[in-house]
Amino acid sequence: MFYKTMTASLLALSLAACGGNEASNTATTETPTTTRTQIKIVGSSTVYPFATTVAENFGRTTSFKTPIVESTGSGGGLKLFCSGVGENHPDITNASRRIKASEVALCAKNGILNIVEVKLGYDGIVLANSRKSALMDLSLRDLFLALAKNVPDGNGALKPNDYTTWHDVNPTLPEIKIEVMGPPPTSGTRDAFVELAMEGGCKTFGWIKDLKKTDKDDYKATCHTIREDEAFIEAGENDNLIVQKLNANPNAFGIFGFSFLDQNADTVQGSIINGQAPTFENISDGSYPVSRSLYFYVKKYNIGTVPGIEEYLAEFLSDRASGTDGYLADKGLIPMNESEHAKWKASVLALETLTLD
Amino acid sequence: MPDYQLTTSPSLRKRHAKEARFKWYGRIAIGLSLGFLVFMFLAIILRGAGAFSQTKIYLDVQFDEQIIDPTGARNPQDLARANTKPLLTQSLSIIFPDVTQRKDKQRLYKLISSGAVYELADQIQGHPEWIGTSRHIWVTASADVDLYMKGKIDTSLDENLRKLKDRDVVWVDTLKAEGKIKKTFNTAFFTNGDSREPEMAGILGATLGTFFSLLVCFAIAFPLGILTAVYLEEYAKKSWLTNLIEININNLAAVPSIVFGLLGLSIFLGVFHLPRSTPLVGGMVLALMTLPTIIIAARASLRSVPNTIRDAALGLGASKTQTTFHHVVPLAAPGMLTGTILGMAQALGETAPLLMIGMVAFIVDIPGSVTDVATSLPVQIFLWADSPEKGFVERTSAAIIVLLVFLVLMNLLAVFLRKKLERRW
Repeated sequence: MFYKTMTASLLALSLAACGGNEASNTATTETPTTTRTQIKIVGSSTVYPFATTVAENFGRTTSFKTPIVESTGSGGGLKLFCSGVGENHPDITNASRRIKASEVALCAKNGILNIVEVKLGYDGIVLANSRKSALMDLSLRDLFLALAKNVPDGNGALKPNDYTTWHDVNPTLPEIKIEVMGPPPTSGTRDAFVELAMEGGCKTFGWIKDLKKTDKDDYKATCHTIREDEAFIEAGENDNLIVQKLNANPNAFGIFGFSFLDQNADTVQGSIINGQAPTFENISDGSYPVSRSLYFYVKKYNIGTVPGIEEYLAEFLSDRASGTDGYLADKGLIPMNESEHAKWKASVLALETLTLD
Repeated sequence: MPDYQLTTSPSLRKRHAKEARFKWYGRIAIGLSLGFLVFMFLAIILRGAGAFSQTKIYLDVQFDEQIIDPTGARNPQDLARANTKPLLTQSLSIIFPDVTQRKDKQRLYKLISSGAVYELADQIQGHPEWIGTSRHIWVTASADVDLYMKGKIDTSLDENLRKLKDRDVVWVDTLKAEGKIKKTFNTAFFTNGDSREPEMAGILGATLGTFFSLLVCFAIAFPLGILTAVYLEEYAKKSWLTNLIEININNLAAVPSIVFGLLGLSIFLGVFHLPRSTPLVGGMVLALMTLPTIIIAARASLRSVPNTIRDAALGLGASKTQTTFHHVVPLAAPGMLTGTILGMAQALGETAPLLMIGMVAFIVDIPGSVTDVATSLPVQIFLWADSPEKGFVERTSAAIIVLLVFLVLMNLLAVFLRKKLERRW
């Protein structure tokens, strides 16, 4: 008897819950236009810590709900952002690179014509190793030679990369095996590293630079392809894991964003590149060569339909957030200088729409 | 000595040795896996234990009406957003009167959490009668001070290499000497939602998100799974169609969970336009994932009910449905429940399918229903593990401990139900 009652009541309970569920399902499908009261943000995992900090402060200090921030990666975020207008699509997408013309076209195809571009600051990409080993002083050319799939053979042609130690690359560097852990190709950090560091070093060879004019595809393939042997290890998106691995293996190097170096300065050190150390000052004045701008994009159409977007922009661009001494700087963002900050603040608060030149 | 010949036979000795070796292989295998398990638990517990305490700083706060509520209206909403920063800086100046430079004062203020202003505002909202008085309050210290108090900052390092500078250390040591800083039980960890500041971050939002997801998952998967199993086992005639269904159910059980996430993305979000990032959709996706597990377990337990029970019931004139629901299903219920709980425990630990439907997100607000946006416990662990702030290291492990506790509880419940209700034939 006990079993029977139990089974019956459990079945009844779950059926009831199921019924309740269906009721709420239909409620949401029937009224897809109920005004959303919460800002939805997607995009770059590099911008995620900064966007969430602003979102939290915004939620705490205003009467609006705290925005939801999803970490989808820059490319994934822009895809979601451009997939349509209306409630079910995000209002803002974060990007650790600028929007591409193809993405603007995708947006336009789906009815998103007016986009507001916001630059929030800079991020440095560092090549770091454990403090237990010596500080490395490299040039972009050394980096390219150490990590490219094919390297110049000295006779104006390419050969497969056969350098195994840093000493092979440049005789002034120590006799340490090349072992670099970096992000996978889906990562925005990887894109930026390839474009700034690898291409930067690649261009120092005159004949490769000339290739750009004659055969752009070949130029790109030469400069942007990272070697696939054990010298370069794809370590996944988790930068904390890379930091831990660096501590375990003093000969290894890792590629990650400045904020992780900043938080782990007690155990890892950022290599000097082209004579510049990856410090806050060097990145913000642009002398450190591997730094990129961080952006986010806003659907102008949604301003007014989803409450709080304008106020969120105002919070993000306030001096206490993205200013030189703002709370984002504490989180590892390299802020813009005062005049640039003021310029962006003015154009964003006036909701000027994006034009790609 | 009858067996003298046999015991010294070399082939027998070889066989005995083989047996002994095999036993040892087994012991070593068990020892190794237990060793790994103990190592994992110890590593997590040692790292996570710190998160259950939180450093607080004792302040003498003057609740100045001019600052908090200049109009005197005592509007609760305005009180909750009152600018309490001046109150905190004032209180700090009382303790450290010799810190006068603006930059130094800013530095000093960073000893307390940037979330302390909101904590204080919440307290004022709860106790408007405090306005105009002066009270002693413990406020949350910043994550760096917290790490220092827990001995996780090496002060012998050059001060440029750490977040807490020499001067900060002197200040904290002063507070310590005066008894104005202490470690307390970290209630915020259990009552807050996510936060960017480690010292303010909690798991309540994620736990409730998990709870609502599992509720939806159970509400869908349990009845569907049981009814499918009962029909297939008791009613359906064996044919090529039921065989095909059976093969497919077994295949579904082995499909990687991310595939269910993709399915959820395209069907629930794409076609039905259900709200993104909600436990409703999360639970539906998890239900798809656990359904095969439940069906397989339920069918196995139905099959273990002896046919004599069915024959007896039918022989006494019960109908097929009466036989099934009065006799067979109740007898198979313990096995069905165990299978369901194990399926739910599996769903509890899933992150991959939730990634696709937008539950991997920064969500501060605590969900109140299945249609509120939420994350889940494993997702929260994933997000914290990826955060640069060092304070999240121990919180990540602490969240893992909480998740493990839930898992162990669910599995214990399954074992308990099986032991309690199981009937041997």
